[in-house]
Amino acid sequence: MHGLVNRSIQRFVQETYGDDFWSEICRDAELGFENFESMLIYDRSQTEAVLASCCLLLERSRKGLLEDIGTFLISHPDFEALRRLLRFGGDTFEEFLHSLDDLHDRANLALPELDFPRLELRVYSTNSYCLQYAWGQRGFGTLVLGILRAMADDYGALVLLEHSTIQGEGGDIDRIAINILDAEFAEGRDFELGVGT
Amino acid sequence: MTKKRRRAGLRLTEGGLDLLMPLHLWIGLTGHIERAGPTMQKLCPDLQLVGSRLTEVLEFRRPRGVQIVDDLRAADGQAAHVIFRAQPRNSLKGIVIALPGDQGVLLNLSLGISVAECVGRFGLKSKDFAPSDTTVEMLYLIEAQSAVLQESKNLNSRLQGAKIAAEEQAFTDTLTGLKNRRALDHVLAREITRAPRNRFGLMHIDLDFFKSVNDTHGHAAGDHVLQQAARIFVEETRTDDIVARTGGDEFVLILMGCDNEKILTRIAGRIIKRLQAPILFDGAQCRVSASIGITVSSRYKKLNAGQMASDADAALYQSKHRGRSCFTMFAPP
Repeated sequence: MHGLVNRSIQRFVQETYGDDFWSEICRDAELGFENFESMLIYDRSQTEAVLASCCLLLERSRKGLLEDIGTFLISHPDFEALRRLLRFGGDTFEEFLHSLDDLHDRANLALPELDFPRLELRVYSTNSYCLQYAWGQRGFGTLVLGILRAMADDYGALVLLEHSTIQGEGGDIDRIAINILDAEFAEGRDFELGVGT
Repeated sequence: MTKKRRRAGLRLTEGGLDLLMPLHLWIGLTGHIERAGPTMQKLCPDLQLVGSRLTEVLEFRRPRGVQIVDDLRAADGQAAHVIFRAQPRNSLKGIVIALPGDQGVLLNLSLGISVAECVGRFGLKSKDFAPSDTTVEMLYLIEAQSAVLQESKNLNSRLQGAKIAAEEQAFTDTLTGLKNRRALDHVLAREITRAPRNRFGLMHIDLDFFKSVNDTHGHAAGDHVLQQAARIFVEETRTDDIVARTGGDEFVLILMGCDNEKILTRIAGRIIKRLQAPILFDGAQCRVSASIGITVSSRYKKLNAGQMASDADAALYQSKHRGRSCFTMFAPP
């Protein structure tokens, strides 16, 4: 698993539950170290062990945990680069949704080893969409759900999101039903094309 | 009967022109700017482009020496490279198109390599670029790449720090694979706290004539000799004993549970004998020997690492004074 994913889990736990708690999780998962490097590749079993320990010690479901991590990635200043890259998708939440079709290719250009899933947007009306994807590793689907939720807030859009999984040929397929209730519900966060900083 | 199909010339509304080419300039026959794309106007916020003379706003690098509109018309279809006369003198690339009749010239420009800088300085949005323009994609890539690069740089500096820390904490001499000074101090301190229950012998060894091997045969030969000497020390001691390289050609042996002077001198004698055999390196015969000083833990009422070490050194220097290639058992004066 790409270090970015592992690093995200680590930073989420550290920021939300504290460094001591993260140390405990590393011990429980028998990692043998406490710091994931975002630019290294780790064995999937290590990611799974950490997630399992998180769920066990936090008494939380894997789905809920991953969704929170997704939200954290967009809202925490440590990962501002990620939020900005996603905001390149368009000026409105609707345009952003359309840009998700290209996200796999974009992510591939920047980080070929990330193995980011291919997202497919189906448009039912200007307010109603469905996003479908299959992340190779089971049970990572709600991470995207959390990211979408946080991005809607970032654009200031009021949306209704519903996640479900269906059986596909090559394994589980994630589906998120998206309903935009109010595209300009709130101010949203600022985004300038120029790096500036 | 064929009916000849007449094609009307392509006509475009000005709004359509702005969307298609937000960075265009339309220059009339007088050389004045008749129309400027919205993004073009954003690039020079302090200047009203429409009505200005083109050559007073832009300096032409390519095509060269543009003075009047006829010069531009002559360059129909050619690439253009222009620079704003006003600071910060941003440069633009584009193409020159002569318009039919007396309509003048259309200049369509792009930000080229200065894109990232311009977008930041003038607060450009994705709407300021035509959707067919890949500028926003380019900005995305620049940003993605610099984020990845920054992460990699962070990783490199952390790895560098970890390497230095590991080296500082290392207990091994990398050339010979023996223990280093740090490890020796560690073990000696431990053995002293265990004494007198645990007895041990301490041997300081200097290679004789090592400098001349280095001088005559080079450092590679010197390194080889040190490695061979290390091998002999290890072979002549037991696995529980400690063999350390404490300096260039200085070694220390701790012989665990052994304060028997007869045994210790026998070991010292064997070491010297084996070291005196020529060591081959790249066809050259390297000759060294050893001077050894020995002391044992049972000699001391109160053990002290510093005292033991200086006594072993005193014995070692006695060996040197006696003409090298020999060992001396420390005896208090």
